[in-house]
Amino acid sequence: MDIQLVGVSHSYGKTEVLQGIDLHIPSGKIVCIVGPSGCGKSTLLRFMGGLERPALGEVLQMGEPPAGCLNPLTYIFQDFALLPWRTVEGNVSLVLEDHGIKGRDARAIIDDVLARTKLRDFARALPKQLSGGMKQRVAIARALAVNPAVMLMDEPLSALDSQTRELLMDDLISLWTRTPFTAVYVTHNLAEAVRLGHRIVVLSRRPGRISEVVHLDKPLADRRHGDADLDAHQQHLWGLMRAEAEAADAELLNV
Amino acid sequence: MSDVPLTTTPAQHDTARIRPVGFRGGGFAPVSHRWMGAVVFVLLLLLAEWGTRTGFISPLTLPRPSDVLLTFQELYVSGALFKHLIPSLTRLLVGAAIGATVGISVGVLIGLFSYVRAGLVPLVAAIFPIPKIALLPLFVIWFGIDEASKYALIAFGTFTPTVVATFAAVDNVDRTLIRMGQSFGLSWFSIVRKIVLPGAMPGILSGLRISLAIAIILLVAAEMLGAQYGVGAYILEAGSLYDLERLFAGVVILSVLGVLVSTVIGWVERRVLDWRV
Repeated sequence: MDIQLVGVSHSYGKTEVLQGIDLHIPSGKIVCIVGPSGCGKSTLLRFMGGLERPALGEVLQMGEPPAGCLNPLTYIFQDFALLPWRTVEGNVSLVLEDHGIKGRDARAIIDDVLARTKLRDFARALPKQLSGGMKQRVAIARALAVNPAVMLMDEPLSALDSQTRELLMDDLISLWTRTPFTAVYVTHNLAEAVRLGHRIVVLSRRPGRISEVVHLDKPLADRRHGDADLDAHQQHLWGLMRAEAEAADAELLNV
Repeated sequence: MSDVPLTTTPAQHDTARIRPVGFRGGGFAPVSHRWMGAVVFVLLLLLAEWGTRTGFISPLTLPRPSDVLLTFQELYVSGALFKHLIPSLTRLLVGAAIGATVGISVGVLIGLFSYVRAGLVPLVAAIFPIPKIALLPLFVIWFGIDEASKYALIAFGTFTPTVVATFAAVDNVDRTLIRMGQSFGLSWFSIVRKIVLPGAMPGILSGLRISLAIAIILLVAAEMLGAQYGVGAYILEAGSLYDLERLFAGVVILSVLGVLVSTVIGWVERRVLDWRV
């Protein structure tokens, strides 16, 4: 299932945040969206999942979600959004219960996703007992449980320290390599973008417009931390963004 | 920069200028001292006992703690204790249960629906500051002089603080969790039951602490009219006869009731809210 954005523009009050965004999210690829803070990248993601509606333009889903897909557009949030009163398996089962999946069927799905995210030993732990990286793994497991057509990831690694971030990036890559999924990955971290993105969409500062789309053809599994060609791409992206980021940083907020 | 390696031992320095870094990070951290409360309590009682025995405190101002204890014993032996306690506890339980249940339900509705909020929040603000005791005669006319008016008074008194605490608690539920629920396509009812209500639980329970204390206060007020038995009736009778020992024996019962309620809520909090960090 693909997602297509056609002429999406939006403003909050008098502040225009997005302007004329046309974007195609091809199925089976990870599209990273980078841009200076406040450029509307998270807003764009909320449009794609139907949590917010753009003032202008359309968000289209093209094609049918695959069979067995419970929630085609599934988010992974920066702050994990786990229910603190439910255990790890309880948090996963939360998203199955509403689809009437209980008992043995639910058990099978939960066991499968916890194994894929290396959480099998933590099924009965409460979120307060887990480190940040573990919490995000639970959120990823929860997302995998509904078998999404498109994963919408809103700075999923930004709340984690850099070592945990490396580990989780490796996990995401191995998850994708085993079964390629479609994802939109919003981040302000260019290193993450060049490691995980098949396409990197660079947004300008507010009002956000697409200033460039970079295609990376190197397979995800072959990308390593500190690869020279990835570094070159990262430098190029930073070159595009530097002036914008500086200007965005110096901007006064009229809130 | 000096070339002194980072691992120099004190011996390499001028020993006269070496001193430990002073500690200044103490205090301002709550530490639990379990018996301190009891110690303060016992000290105050001993002070009162000593004062009344030596005549430092006149018996008109404060009854002797040992006399209060004797009165209490009489009360227990004569069986009058339960004759007063059981009707009071029933009134407290029924009244507080009605008030808390209606209060939590209305509070959740206010928290969930903006129309209900717009309509009811001003009303709650208007009835919150009314001393419910002042309405007792009105309740007697509405509900009769029997138990119903007493239930109503206690229920009404617990209702308002519970409503305010509940809708504030619902407002404080993490919005990102609700967004998460919506993004996974959970039904409205599921979001309320599995996200909003558990998320509001800490606030609701701490609100109950206050409302139940108010219920105990109102118990005495409710027994001002048309009650032959009851802790409140007992206290009021002792008060009008200026029988300080009996007055204090009654007051002690209310205090113990308050401590019990607070302990029970504390226990429920530990059981239900063990997920809190």
